[in-house]
Amino acid sequence: MKAKGTVFQYGDNVDTDVIIPARYLNSSDPAELARHCMEDIDTTFIQKVQKGDIIVARKNFGCGSSREHAPIAIKAAGVSCVIAETFARIFYRNAINIGLPIIECAEAAQAIEAGDVVEIDFDSGFITDVTKGKSWQGQAFPEFMQKIIQAEGLVNYINQKETMRR
Amino acid sequence: MGMTMTQKILAAHAGLDYVEAGQLIEADLDLVLGNDITSPVAIKEMEKMHTDGVFDKDKIALVPDHFVPNKDIKSAEHCKCVREFARRHEITNYFEVGEMGIEHALLPEKGLTVAGDVVIGADSHTCTYGALGAFSTGVGSTDMAAGMATGKAWFKVPSAIQFRLTGKPSAWVSGKDVILHIIGMIGVDGALYKSMEFVGDGVANLSMDDRFTIANMAIEAGGKNGIFPVDEKAVAYMKEHSQRAYTVYEADEDAVYDAVYTIDLSALRPTVAFPHLPENTKTIDEITEDVRIDQVVIGSCTNGRLDDMRIAASVLKGRHVAKGMRCIILPATQAIYMQAMEEGLLKIFIEAGAVVSTPTCGPCLGGYMGILAAGERCVSTTNRNFVGRMGHVESEVYLASPAVAAASAVTGKISGPDQLD
Repeated sequence: MKAKGTVFQYGDNVDTDVIIPARYLNSSDPAELARHCMEDIDTTFIQKVQKGDIIVARKNFGCGSSREHAPIAIKAAGVSCVIAETFARIFYRNAINIGLPIIECAEAAQAIEAGDVVEIDFDSGFITDVTKGKSWQGQAFPEFMQKIIQAEGLVNYINQKETMRR
Repeated sequence: MGMTMTQKILAAHAGLDYVEAGQLIEADLDLVLGNDITSPVAIKEMEKMHTDGVFDKDKIALVPDHFVPNKDIKSAEHCKCVREFARRHEITNYFEVGEMGIEHALLPEKGLTVAGDVVIGADSHTCTYGALGAFSTGVGSTDMAAGMATGKAWFKVPSAIQFRLTGKPSAWVSGKDVILHIIGMIGVDGALYKSMEFVGDGVANLSMDDRFTIANMAIEAGGKNGIFPVDEKAVAYMKEHSQRAYTVYEADEDAVYDAVYTIDLSALRPTVAFPHLPENTKTIDEITEDVRIDQVVIGSCTNGRLDDMRIAASVLKGRHVAKGMRCIILPATQAIYMQAMEEGLLKIFIEAGAVVSTPTCGPCLGGYMGILAAGERCVSTTNRNFVGRMGHVESEVYLASPAVAAASAVTGKISGPDQLD
């Protein structure tokens, strides 16, 4: 499984309130949430983002509220992967559970710049900055997490396992 | 190698004698919680599952509290979705307007969480119940859905940071100041993925409400959970509020911690977190400039309990909020509201020029009941001061204790209660 796209870059402690402000949480429709994704930190994000694009951030991405609406909004906006130095733990779980690939790699997160084209191989955890011609080894997903992402989320994964058992 | 208190609870719920940090386990759940923001997403996910119902209708708590009483039509639809789900599955612990409260104040008060429990909640401040000696942690909606269906959740066993509390806090220093001090010290990711275990003879000098506040904000340091030992005060609280049997777990003497901090509670001062991160702390003595404010909010899952109401009232009694100031006070549950009324606290608030609201999370997350305009500043007893948290992206939130918030309402600028005439 691979992802490739153009990078949007952010700093430390991007919280779920700026990823999707609470004033929009009276909706749980992914398309509606996507329209306001990153709005309070980057008003132009949603106009510029293309399907497959990548978010790169520094420490503690997704901190704060446990709202699953945050990774849902990012995924529905077309983002194919988030790379960060570290992720807040609830965001990490939520992203995997809804099938949004995320990967921790401090070196890559520090070196990659906005506008670079980046490719990620989830099987190996290998991250390549095509623009800079540099590569890094990120943390590869354990097999069960890869399966959850391939199934587009935990619920589909559980259902697939159930079907196989029957 | 011994186990931490958290590890012991997790091991027992995974049917294992021993677990260690980093191990992936599947644990049985004693309670699964959701609110009106997170439950609709969980319900949608659950409907996709090939499952007939919930694992145990007595072990699920559904508390519409964020945008309740319904703030608009979309919120009303969300609440209706939760209400109908609760009815369909005969959920015992669904709390309608009139009996509800802010979830993390309500659940311990209703006796639904006790020492030794494993609790997940689709709300990041679920870590609050660590005050009672439970393992409780925030998750997202999909985890909530899987929890409701199966009664189980997977966890990576956390390592821990130990906080040894000594001494007795001085007047006007509360649990909020303790946790803001800690977050200021270790940072908003200082306990990322880890347990925060609070121990030491200083714990006895903290009320249960102080402990709820401290455990509540473990997430603001990135923590997976915050947890306190079960002492006489905790036992008395559980006996007063719950019929359920509790189990006391204690950390092994040879448990290993990633770090150990000793904190002398008597040395702490009222502490304020400046925008836009809870780690940007200053003690009241370090604030030398006048920080003019427009609004004060006293309430939330962090500081909407009876102690908080009493402290706010002791500051506001016989005083009046500054001209042009909005002071909004939200007792966190119906029981707290009633008690505050019986003690005459609500009268003090209203005479001081504050408004008193029915329980809701509304203003804390910029939902409703106290949204900020561009350029406005608020001193709030809530838990987050992120960009745009309480309204406009150009508004500012300063996190503080009820004592500091109430004093600031009187002066119109950030002030400690000692600074009042």
